[in-house]
Parts: sequence; structure tokens; C-alpha cells
Amino acid sequence: MAFHAFRFWTRAVEITALAVAICFSMGASTPTSRLNTLSHMLMCQCGCAQLLGECDHVGCPDRDTELSMLSTGIAAGMTDQQILDSFVAKYGATVLAAPTTKGFDLVAWVAPFAVFAAALLGTILLIRRWGGLGGKAHSAATLVAESSDPADRERLERIRRETGSDGGF
Amino acid sequence: MAAFGSFCLLIALVLAAYNLVAGSVALRLIATGRPARISPERLADTARRAGIAGFIAVSGAAFALVWAAFTNDFSITYILEHSNRALPIPYKFAALWSGQEGSLLLWAWLLGTYGFILRLRHKTDVKLYAYAGTILAGVQVFFLLILNFAAPPFSLLPGYVAGGAIPADGNGLNPLLQYPEMVIHPPMLYLGYVGFSVPFAFALGALMMRYPGEKWIRITRAWTMVTWLFLTCGIFLGMHWAYAVLGWGGYWGWDPVENASFMPWLTGTAFLHSVMMQERKGMMKSWNVWLIFSTFLLTMLGTTLTRGGLVSSVHAFAQSPIGTWFVVFMGIVLAVCIFTYVLQRSHLHTEHHLESLVSRESSFLFNNLVLLTACFVILWGTLFPIISEYVQGTKVTVGAPFYNRVAVPIGLFLVFLTGVGPLLPWRATSFKAIKRNFVLPVIALWVTVIVCLAVGVRPWKDGALDSGSFYALVAFSVSAAVLTAIASEFLRGASVIARQTRRNLFAATWLLMRRNTRRYGGYLVHIGVVVVVIGLAGTAFNQSVESEMGLHSTMRIGPYTLEQVGASQDSNLNYSSEFAMLDVYQGGKKIYQITPERRFYLASGQPQTMVAIHSTPEWDLYVVYEGTNPDTGLPIIKAFLNPLVGWIWFGLVVIVFGTFVALVPSLTPATAALRVPAAQAAPMAPALKGGD
Repeated sequence: MAFHAFRFWTRAVEITALAVAICFSMGASTPTSRLNTLSHMLMCQCGCAQLLGECDHVGCPDRDTELSMLSTGIAAGMTDQQILDSFVAKYGATVLAAPTTKGFDLVAWVAPFAVFAAALLGTILLIRRWGGLGGKAHSAATLVAESSDPADRERLERIRRETGSDGGF
Repeated sequence: MAAFGSFCLLIALVLAAYNLVAGSVALRLIATGRPARISPERLADTARRAGIAGFIAVSGAAFALVWAAFTNDFSITYILEHSNRALPIPYKFAALWSGQEGSLLLWAWLLGTYGFILRLRHKTDVKLYAYAGTILAGVQVFFLLILNFAAPPFSLLPGYVAGGAIPADGNGLNPLLQYPEMVIHPPMLYLGYVGFSVPFAFALGALMMRYPGEKWIRITRAWTMVTWLFLTCGIFLGMHWAYAVLGWGGYWGWDPVENASFMPWLTGTAFLHSVMMQERKGMMKSWNVWLIFSTFLLTMLGTTLTRGGLVSSVHAFAQSPIGTWFVVFMGIVLAVCIFTYVLQRSHLHTEHHLESLVSRESSFLFNNLVLLTACFVILWGTLFPIISEYVQGTKVTVGAPFYNRVAVPIGLFLVFLTGVGPLLPWRATSFKAIKRNFVLPVIALWVTVIVCLAVGVRPWKDGALDSGSFYALVAFSVSAAVLTAIASEFLRGASVIARQTRRNLFAATWLLMRRNTRRYGGYLVHIGVVVVVIGLAGTAFNQSVESEMGLHSTMRIGPYTLEQVGASQDSNLNYSSEFAMLDVYQGGKKIYQITPERRFYLASGQPQTMVAIHSTPEWDLYVVYEGTNPDTGLPIIKAFLNPLVGWIWFGLVVIVFGTFVALVPSLTPATAALRVPAAQAAPMAPALKGGD
């Protein structure tokens, strides 16, 4: 069973990877507005706590200035990074809508995945320790049959009954 | 009325303090068996009665504040700042929770209400209820201390106290709050926040008294589910309010206050799942206790972060210096929780262990893992600006791009588990079972991928990954798989019943649900969640266009053409408004008229947009009248075409329905038998028996 399961999952992963590759390769290229993309990476500085690309205040004192600075940068052939740097130089780091991937800011991005990975690993190790892997698992029915103690048998039978497929959600 | 309200609050504090002290002493005497002058049982009962009287006192205070709003008593600072004479009646009620002091009073009143119900039902288990009631009294003391000394809602105007005149009118309610949902969104949210105090109190009480068995979980199950439902509705109503009022075309901005409501929802959801493991198999006891402790603490943390001014939020109308009070209270609660846990942890040893990595139990564990990771991500994102400022001296912004990149994949994995978990049997599974249960969902997944690609969903644009479209593609396909998985579960059970009872499939499905409401109610909730996810995935395809529109000028968005056919003005005592009238054409045919509006509230002197939304299952046409260009005098119109937004609200309806189904007791096998005609009655397959 373990071999079959392994083959099944391997094949499933292969098919998924292949499909994802096909999806990506099929990517049509409708030109995306750099202005739109970059305006969603910056915060409006009027204090509305909205992304620049989403600030909708008529008469906002900062939106037009920032958008015009963005357009000028794009027209001048600056790279995205150069444009973002120019905004940081003018408004400070808080103008960026998300932390950068440099220095301490990188911690913001890494920590969630590190915590998730550690928790996942911990969970798997815990289940392994409990005997969930490596063929140590027994079905309750097997255990009932194997157990010689009537109390144990009764308890296991109760577990089997309680955790049968009629169990709740 | 101010004096009456203040007096009620003071009396309520005294009663809550008595409940806490007398209850604690009585329970200590009962636990130690030490002889005392007064019977500990009687002392505990006086504490319980004090709790009930406390509820009446807090109700009196809440009534006094609402009454003051209705009678325009502007000698009370709070009423002056949050109400005015022309304010419509429903918003006079909303004044109760539109500011810091009022919302704390609402919190205390709801806590009192929950406590009142709990104390009336004490005969279910007198001792456990006494513990829970005493713990709730402790929480209530904290809120009443704040209300009496730090944020009193009935404080009088300094000028009035000094003998000055009362202002003729108030400053009015914040225009953002003058929207029908604001009459129900905050109470719903608070019912959720406050409601988690009850399972918290039961969990802590059960641990303190080393309560035998898992009965406390059964007692609190309905409380937890109802609370969770309130919080869910509160969050969705908040989303809808943001969507309809803020005018930026979205419904979730990852604002710290939104995050604050989402975090306890995540841990509460994890608790609702993992508690089943304890109930059924005696597992994860420590985990569950800490989950509910964390959920309670997170409801407090949200308030601490946003109202303490630690992080900036668009909900700035609720800031005040009470953050320190909350920090101290949280510290005390955490200390009590840790102390109790350390002292009683031997009581929480697990009765069974997991047998297999691929089983229902494991799926619960992974589900908890993902939910808690999501909670951590949100907490981390909310706190990171503070951490960054502390470490490197500069504050950074953690906005939507961060959460979209980090939280969305986690959310999609959770949706995947939503479908997989219920398909796995308890204990262990076989390859054959996996194949049998997963073939259809996997087919549905790939068919959806192909269909999405065929209709133009492209995850790759301009040589780079378009994360929005990619996540949408994954969301649609995983959702299709999950829906298929759940539908096949229903179908399998219903077809067996249909065979056995000779009913049609629809009637058989109904009976199936009634026989195990908990299980199938849960499935319905999962369906609702998936429907919501489909709606959220539509965001990737939002379109918007902005233009100045003179008379008869047009604007195109998606299949619609909007023509400006006029503008008008209106006014009443509360606000003046101007609005544009736009005819909407599709395929050259006029289908309706839409009238986005912009209001100017007279009392507060603040403007507010009123978005015009036309919803269809396919998309929302969302039109904002942003005002007029001062140079040209022309109205500025911004239109959005937001696909699938209606699915989000429909998903909530399904979630609510599913939760109600899960709350209804299942038909017992005996009752079920009565409903099957005798001639048709056949032995039920074990899979279809009632119970949970």
C-alpha cells in the first residue's frame, strides 16, 4: 500500500508541476501598465492609509503629485527599483506599501514561512513519534484482536465504535 | 440622566467586584473543604445573584446613554461629540458604539448579557457555572473599572459644569458611520468578541476545578458556535460597509482594526475544529485550552493595538489612552492562564495519539496549523512596523501587497484542507479509500483549470508571473475540487438513504442532514467558505476607469456604457447632497439608471461618498461620484467592474445557514425511525446514524 500511495502522490505532483508549467507558458501578454503596478506598491501620503493606486479622495493633496512623479520616472526610463528608491528618498520608507527584501525588512517576509515550516515539521515529527508512520499504525480492529486484556479490548472496541465512519464531522 | 448612568456604572462595578470576590472565596472553600461561618454554596449563590443584578445595572447605564442621545442631552460630552438633533433615529442608537466610551459600555453590557444568560442556566452544572460566572465577573470588573475611571461615558461638559450654557446642537455622528450596516455591524462584531469570553471562562474554570471529562466542551459548544457566527457576520458586515461606503472599490484593506477582528476569528475557527478531537478522542486537551485562551487574549489585543495608538488605523475615531489598561489586563489574564495551566496540566494528558499522517485527526491538526500560521502572519504584519521601528529606528508600512503575497497562499492551502479533511476517515486510511474519495475532486480541479485557461485566465503576463491571476486560477480550481468533494459526500449518503427509505434524492438529502446536523451543517459552512473564496478570487479581474463627465458624455467599462444624463442636488436637516444620474447601456440598450451621490454632513462639516452599486452574480458595477473638478465644474466619476463580489455575500448566507443547521440537534435514531414508514423501515447503515 505504501508503495502504491507513494507512486500515486509522485504522479500527482508530476502532473501538477507539468500543468503549472503549461499554464505559465500559455501566458498571453497583454501590456500591463507600469503606472498601475507601481501605484499599487506605494502608499498615498495624505494619511488615508490607502494604496496610491486606490486613493479616491477628490482634492487629495498628495495623490496627483505622487502619480505625476511616478509618470515622470517611467517616462525618463527609470527602472522600477530606481523609481521606488526615489520615492523612499523623498517620503521615507513608509511610502512603500510593503517591506523591502533587504536587511531587517527581509525578516518580515521570511518569518511567516519559517514559522509555518517549523510548525509543519514539528507536527510531522510529533505524529511520527506517536507511531503514525513506519508501519506502526494498527487499525483498532487489529488491536482489539491482539489485545489480551478484556478491559483493553473493551476500551478499544469503544474507541472503534465512537470513531467509526458514522462519526460526526 | 448622566447622574443615573454614572450611578448605574458604579453600582455595576460594586456588584461585579462582589461577584468576583465572593465567588472566588466560595469556590476556594468548596475546593478545600474548609469549614466556614457561611455555607460556601450560599455564598456562591449570592455571587451569582450579584452577577444578575450587575447586568441590570449595566443595562441601566446603556439605557441612560441611548436615552441621552435620543433626548439630545448635549451636557454629556460623549453625546455632544457623537450625535446631533437632526441625526436619524437608527443612528441615535449607533451613537452608543460610535466612540470609545460608548463602545466600551456596549462591550460591558454584552458581557453582562452573556453572563446573565449563563447565570440563569446555572442548574446545568452548578459548580462549573459558578467558576465560569466568577471568571466572567473578573473580566467585567476590568471593563467597569475603565468605564468608571478611565473612559467615563457620562462625563459632563467642563463648560456646563462651570455654569456655562449647553451647546444648541451636537457635532454629529462621523459620516462614515451613517450607513445602515453601522447600526448592526459593531454590535455583531462585539457579540463575537465578547462571546469568546464565555468559552474562555468555561475552559479556565474547568481547568481550575479539574473538571472531569469533556462535558464542558459540550456545554460550551453552542456558545462557541453562536459567538463564532456573530464574529463572522460582524466581519462580513464590516467588509460590506467598507465596500459600500469607503468608495475605493474594495472590501478588505488589511487595516489593523480589520486584522484585529480576523485574528480571533482564525483561532476561534481552529478551536471549533480541534475541540472535536478532544470531544471524540480525548486528544489535544492542552492545545484546545491554549487556543481558547489565545482567542480571548486576541480579542483584547486588537483593542489594545488600535485604541492604544500603537499602530495607525483608519478607525482613528476610536483612539484613546486606555491601551495601558488593556496591556495590564492582558498581562494579568496571561499570568492567570499560565499559572493555572502549570498547576493543573497533569489533568490535560491526552488519552489517545494519532495513528496516521493521513487521517481525519491529522487533517484537523494541519487545519489548526494553517489557521494559526495565518493568524501569526496577520499578527506579524500588524506588529512589524513597531518591531522595525524598535530594531532599525525606522517605521515601515506593511500593507496589502505583503498580506496578498504571504497570506493568500496560506489561505488557499486552507481551502484545500477544507475539502480534503472531511473525506479522510478517522484513525487511518487506505490508498483505495483515498483513490475512491479523491478521483472526482481531482477531475473537477483539472477541468476547472482547463476551462479557466480557455476563457482567458492567464497566470503569466509580460514575461512575469501575474500573482493575482495565478492565485485566482488556483482558487477557482481548488474551490471546484472542494465543492465536488462535499457534493459527493452528500450524494453518497443521500443515495443510501434514498435506497433504504425509497425517498427521492432531495428528501433523502434533507433527512441525511437532519440525522447528522452537526456533520452536514459543517459541510454547508465549508461550502459557504468556498463560495466566499470564489468571490474573493474575482478581485484579480477588477477593472476601473475614472473620468470627468459633462452632460451626455459617456464612459465605457466592461460591457457597459455609462451616459451622464444629469446632476442634481438635495438637502435635509442632516446633510446636503449632490448626485449624478447615469444611464447604463449594455449592447446599445438602456438597462437601468444609477445615481452615485456625494453628501455633505452639516453638523460635522465632512463630506462622504455614497456609492451606487448594481449587483449581478457575474459582477458589480460600482460607481463613485468623487465630486466636481473645481477648475471645470464637471463631476468626476469613477466606475469599477468588480467580478464575483456578490458571491462573497451569498457565501455568508450559506455559512449562516450551515451554522444554524449544525446548531440544531440531530434526529435521534428513535425519532428518525418514527419518520420512516414502518413498511419501509430498514436497518440503517452505520454511516447514517444520528448523533455527532
